[in-house]
Amino acid sequence: MVRLSLWKSILILLVCVLAAAYAAPNLMSKEKLAAWQAKVPSWLPTKTVNLGLDLQGGSHLQLGVGVDVTIRDNAENFATSLRGDLRDKKITYSSLRPALQGFSLTLRDATQADAARQVIRKIEPDIVFDESANDPAVIKAAFSEKRIKEIKDRTIEQSIEIVRRRIDESGTREPVIARQGEDRIVVQLPGVSDAGKIKELLGKTAKLGFHIVDQDASMTGRAGVNGMALALKENPASKLVVDKRPLITGDMLEIAQSSFNQNGQPVVTFKFNGIGTRRFCEASTANVGKPFAIVLDDVIISAPVIREPICGGSGEISGNFTVEETTQVSLLLRAGALPAPLQVLEERTVGPTLGSDSVAAGKKACLMALLFVIIFATTVYGLFGMFASIALLVNMVMIMAVMSLLQATLTLPGIAGMVLAIGLAVDANVLVFERIKEELRSGRGIIASIDTGYQRARITIIDSNLTALISALILFSFGTGPIKGFAVTTCIGVATSYFCAIMLTRLMILIWLNAAKPKEIDA
Amino acid sequence: MIIKLLPLIPHDTKIDFFGHRLYAFIASIIIIGGSLLCLSVKGLNLGIDFTGGTVIEIQVQQDPDLASLRKQLEGLELGEVPIQEFGSKQSLMIRLRQQEGGPEAQKVAIDKVRVVLDETFGAGTVDYRRVEFVGPQVGQELKKAGLLAILIAISGIMAYIWLRFNWQYGVGALLALIHDVVGILGLFSLTQMHFDLSTLSAILLVAGYSINETVIIFDRVRETLRKYRKMPMQEVINYSINSTFPRTMMTSGSTLLALLALYLFGGMVIQSFVSALFIGILIGTHSSYFVSSPSLYYLKLRAEPEAVVQG
Repeated sequence: MVRLSLWKSILILLVCVLAAAYAAPNLMSKEKLAAWQAKVPSWLPTKTVNLGLDLQGGSHLQLGVGVDVTIRDNAENFATSLRGDLRDKKITYSSLRPALQGFSLTLRDATQADAARQVIRKIEPDIVFDESANDPAVIKAAFSEKRIKEIKDRTIEQSIEIVRRRIDESGTREPVIARQGEDRIVVQLPGVSDAGKIKELLGKTAKLGFHIVDQDASMTGRAGVNGMALALKENPASKLVVDKRPLITGDMLEIAQSSFNQNGQPVVTFKFNGIGTRRFCEASTANVGKPFAIVLDDVIISAPVIREPICGGSGEISGNFTVEETTQVSLLLRAGALPAPLQVLEERTVGPTLGSDSVAAGKKACLMALLFVIIFATTVYGLFGMFASIALLVNMVMIMAVMSLLQATLTLPGIAGMVLAIGLAVDANVLVFERIKEELRSGRGIIASIDTGYQRARITIIDSNLTALISALILFSFGTGPIKGFAVTTCIGVATSYFCAIMLTRLMILIWLNAAKPKEIDA
Repeated sequence: MIIKLLPLIPHDTKIDFFGHRLYAFIASIIIIGGSLLCLSVKGLNLGIDFTGGTVIEIQVQQDPDLASLRKQLEGLELGEVPIQEFGSKQSLMIRLRQQEGGPEAQKVAIDKVRVVLDETFGAGTVDYRRVEFVGPQVGQELKKAGLLAILIAISGIMAYIWLRFNWQYGVGALLALIHDVVGILGLFSLTQMHFDLSTLSAILLVAGYSINETVIIFDRVRETLRKYRKMPMQEVINYSINSTFPRTMMTSGSTLLALLALYLFGGMVIQSFVSALFIGILIGTHSSYFVSSPSLYYLKLRAEPEAVVQG
């Protein structure tokens, strides 16, 4: 049918007006936009297109979370509680070794195997026994897959939380921190042109502990089962043996700040929370005259001697710090320790000048491309070419509007996707016009030609658009980074171009037909 | 004169595309053979996205003395440090290979390079436009993910065409897609342009353009077969290509014009990207005319299912 019902025509125009309105905020200056956003409700057009970090400048970091470390920690804790429980049940063993995801236990008496298994099950129901061992006295077990996944998930969640706190404390604005895949975190920092500082902040676990020093073992340098030898910060060559279990851990601190002591040296001052205060009071009372070590990430910062019970709930850490160091350490202590070490696997930092250059060049190129295409189409198709050009402009506006509404991110490859969409939009109009011309040449009337032209071309356009859409959707779900950016704009562009070519151009032709009532069209 | 027709877009052409297929096949064989040869001999100039490593892009205020800068950077013992002018004399791209010793070592290496650059050009005058580091693990993953995405997308396209048309069309489209992808890979190998993640989007763009062209011709073939059941296949193909010829000229014309605008005004960074697209679109049109369409003939596509005689 060559006619369009009135409500359809109104709907088409309404969509165009809405598109223009929702694309409009992209033209506003930053200040005006902020004022506008503050004034009106959020369902009104207030959003702009999100520029990717490659266009606005900023830093993208992909971090690998060392989940293996937490799994091993869990296995070690498990082994510790198992030792106690086995002792209680009087089950003797010759060795108990934690493995990567579990442990291996060798009993002295194989007949106690069932009892041992019961003990194990009681501590941790989610465990899988390895039955391949031939020796009945050897029990090998590992965490179940479900349990491993739980540990991993919790580690990642905690890490994200700590990363967020650290970045917030550093004063970076609007960071995006998200999990990616099984054991990765992606951090996006718009506007950050030197990621070095952030990387330094994220590179430290910041595990703080106060440990009692084993003086005898330190003399011989031999650490027993319950001790560990750690290097001193001031003199990495010399080591002290400290008790494995800390008296106090970093999470018992309430406040940590960078400050100076009486001698004017930079120090970190801190306050314990309730549990911390009580624990340290008890421990310091019991250990007067002995040194204790303040350990940060397995390095002894200092090892002061306890002169008297410390029950005030506050203290300071000194250790030949610079001011930068105390600022950083106190920030890390405030934000908390990471459950597992992080590793920077990927970093992409785009400076502000490159970003704005890319945007400027992209804008100019797009405008010139539009201009070239409009001139070409109008030269070849005359008035119909003009209709197609208007549809093309509306199409651009609609892509911007949809991107703003969905808050999709526009990247450089995304602009390439937009060019493909524009190409398809022109193509759709060309297909229709060529079909109309063919019909005219075969001697049909104007109205009939336009009618069949649209009908015939529509099948082709749907086929070609669906092919593009299918591949774009697949690329969106399987692709990463730039490929995704390309897929997003292609998807949106294909959808809008179908509307513009089939609905809008047709409406314009119909209005012209009614107004000009042409007797014939040269073809 | 409402729908004008300029002589530059001819209509009613009766070019014997099918008859010239042998010459076109030779051209295709040269494209594919040359590409494969080039790929096996020279390979692709893979960027850090796939190999891992570091890229630093800087802009300085005076013309740099590349020879002495090279010497200084090689003195840092970070392995080979290629320096490349990037668009203009004052824009430089410096590449570092993956350093041994984990992320810390990368950071140290980048800092060392920064010190040298700041000393050479004066601190504060060097604009670090881009610093990218990709670990070896991520590089491997990106390679796999990119390849997988393209393969699945190509199969998706083929499946759609198969369902919507006929299996012969699906195979024809697949052949054309392989032709285009190998051709453009060959182009990147021949020119040794950097092959990175955004290059993948160039390949996708070309593939998308070419499949669009193919679908439009296929559509016409299907329609012609329905209209003229007795017409021999070679004539059907010729007729279909000729009747969509004005559309091809028009669409290719405007796309190439748009690319020309990108080339002229899009900045130095995307010039190589755009020229790759330019040639890619020519390869894509060639494949639609001379790979996917003739393959319908060889795959013995017929108008009616019952017309396919057992034999």
